[in-house]
Amino acid sequence: MDTAAFRHDFFLILPEVELALFGLAILLFDFMLGVKDKAGNAVFAMLGVIFSGISLYRLRTFGPEAVGGFNSSIVVDPFFLFFGMIFLVATGLVILLSVRYLQIENEHHGEYYALLLFATVGMMFMASGYDLVVLFLGLETMAISFYILTGFLRHQRRSNEAAVKYLLLGAFSSGLLAYGFSLLYGISAMAEINGPLGVPLQVPRTNLDVVRTALELRGPTDLLVLLSLVTVAAGLFFKVAAVPFHQWAPDVYEGAPTTITAYVSVASKTASFALLLRLFLYAFWPVRVNWVGIIAAVAIASLTLGNFAAITQTNVKRLLAYSSISHVGYILLGLVAAMSGPDGNETGLKGIAFYLFVYAFMTIGAFAIIIVLRRQGLIGDELDDLNGLFQRSPASAVLLLIFMLSLAGIPPLAGFVGKYYIFLALIETGHYYLALFGALYIVPALYYYFRIVVHAWLREPTGEAPTRVTPGQSVALAVMCFVTLVAGIYPEPFIRLATYSLTLPSVLFGR
Amino acid sequence: MSGNLAQAYAPLLIHLLVALGLSAILLILSSLIGQHRPTREKMQPYECGITPVGDAREPFDVKFYLVAMVFILFDVEAVFLYPWAYVFRELRWFGFTEMLLYILILLAGYVYLWKKGALDWNPSKTQRDRQT
Repeated sequence: MDTAAFRHDFFLILPEVELALFGLAILLFDFMLGVKDKAGNAVFAMLGVIFSGISLYRLRTFGPEAVGGFNSSIVVDPFFLFFGMIFLVATGLVILLSVRYLQIENEHHGEYYALLLFATVGMMFMASGYDLVVLFLGLETMAISFYILTGFLRHQRRSNEAAVKYLLLGAFSSGLLAYGFSLLYGISAMAEINGPLGVPLQVPRTNLDVVRTALELRGPTDLLVLLSLVTVAAGLFFKVAAVPFHQWAPDVYEGAPTTITAYVSVASKTASFALLLRLFLYAFWPVRVNWVGIIAAVAIASLTLGNFAAITQTNVKRLLAYSSISHVGYILLGLVAAMSGPDGNETGLKGIAFYLFVYAFMTIGAFAIIIVLRRQGLIGDELDDLNGLFQRSPASAVLLLIFMLSLAGIPPLAGFVGKYYIFLALIETGHYYLALFGALYIVPALYYYFRIVVHAWLREPTGEAPTRVTPGQSVALAVMCFVTLVAGIYPEPFIRLATYSLTLPSVLFGR
Repeated sequence: MSGNLAQAYAPLLIHLLVALGLSAILLILSSLIGQHRPTREKMQPYECGITPVGDAREPFDVKFYLVAMVFILFDVEAVFLYPWAYVFRELRWFGFTEMLLYILILLAGYVYLWKKGALDWNPSKTQRDRQT
């Protein structure tokens, strides 16, 4: 192999390489740290995230061009840079929130931070992979790290139960996805033999461009195409927790350590959406005709179940799990709009990208308040645990209000702008009923988000000592609050970033 | 096409039939001609070793799983070395450094296992305390 070409390829995956190296180093350095100095692991992990972020930032020099590496099995384009940035920011925020949380839980294992970094590596490959095998490996790297992290509180039954449920259902959905991928591989092999791809390929048959050409040749009504897309879609819907594949979400969210709940609900979901968008917007684009209806149905089902199930919850983590299912519904509605019409719809893509971006900040924010409430002897995830938060810690209560209003979609906060663009795209593409549905479901959402706010602001305090916020937690909260506010009041730069990052599909590497 | 196919696979079929027939004949002959003197020891699943008593479905020590997992990991590592050895001359120093990096990463995992005490069959008291 050419050394210069290898150096170029290596530069493209440098962010992932750095994260993996820091993860390995944490595993080894952990032995040298005493129980008192375990926060050193967090510092190290944070350094890894920062280094990786710098490498990612340097990759922007390629501009809007897509650059392929390792025989086109990975690609660096604005799509990857955008999602990579979200993953790194989310990881950084979770690390900041984790230090004190782990001290309270009395779990001092360095593996926690190593696994966080390994999960991030998997996510980055889910966004940059341009080959079915790389995408699947990325997904599994992320998922396996999450199974372990979910069960990290070994002495709590809840945590163990959640981990086992997540593992079993996750393995099942990965199996479905792998089955679909194998069918896609078969389809592209057949196209190579029978179709115009008769010339020997320069890239493996699992490359997304080959898959795309093969799907185009066989057409959207072909039985094999339908079968493979159904299985792939089912696997992906499971990973983003869309109805009817959502059952794992509430249990896992409730049982996992709250920091990991925040991470799973944001980073894992965003990464799965990156994979979903990469497949649906690039590889499956030629056969999208049949898909708009199904995605719309899944979106409406997610909105309905997510919103109505959330109303009756008394556990904040479960409530936020159901609310995140309804957010998946909104993002899928954006995908419906983006895939409609002969050429697709730019506004829909803009909406999806912006929504995913702000969703990360406001959701980690909401979970951060629960993390801050956690102290010895009180898990703090029941609604009643929030009672009188305003008297106990006014700043936390104000932040909670901001995040909840943003999640509900009240102007002038970030959540509103995301929903606005998705509704706009739906109206532009003539899906008036879908837009109406989406808008109506804001009403139940307002009800349950305000239940949380009412508990925090109007109820008499039942808890005792005021909660103390560590500097790390304050920094994380400040960042999330800042983005939620600014992206709502002055969304222009964020919209421009979203427009730049998600462009309408094109064949990346011409053959 | 189908005639050729049948011809091509005919030896395989004949082989299968002969193998099945021979084993069937041997089993039948030995049960017809052989002498049968069943004793208690002979009827046990294992003639040597400890007498198997009780249900086989009891919890096994987690150490067995750990050893199995570690074994598979390093076994797979060795499998990756074979194709590399095959094209070693073509890849030259590039292949060598790549493999070196690969082994180094695995070495980190090995050190981790060692330090965690996954390789000790009977961890000492202090180590056991540290693990839990």
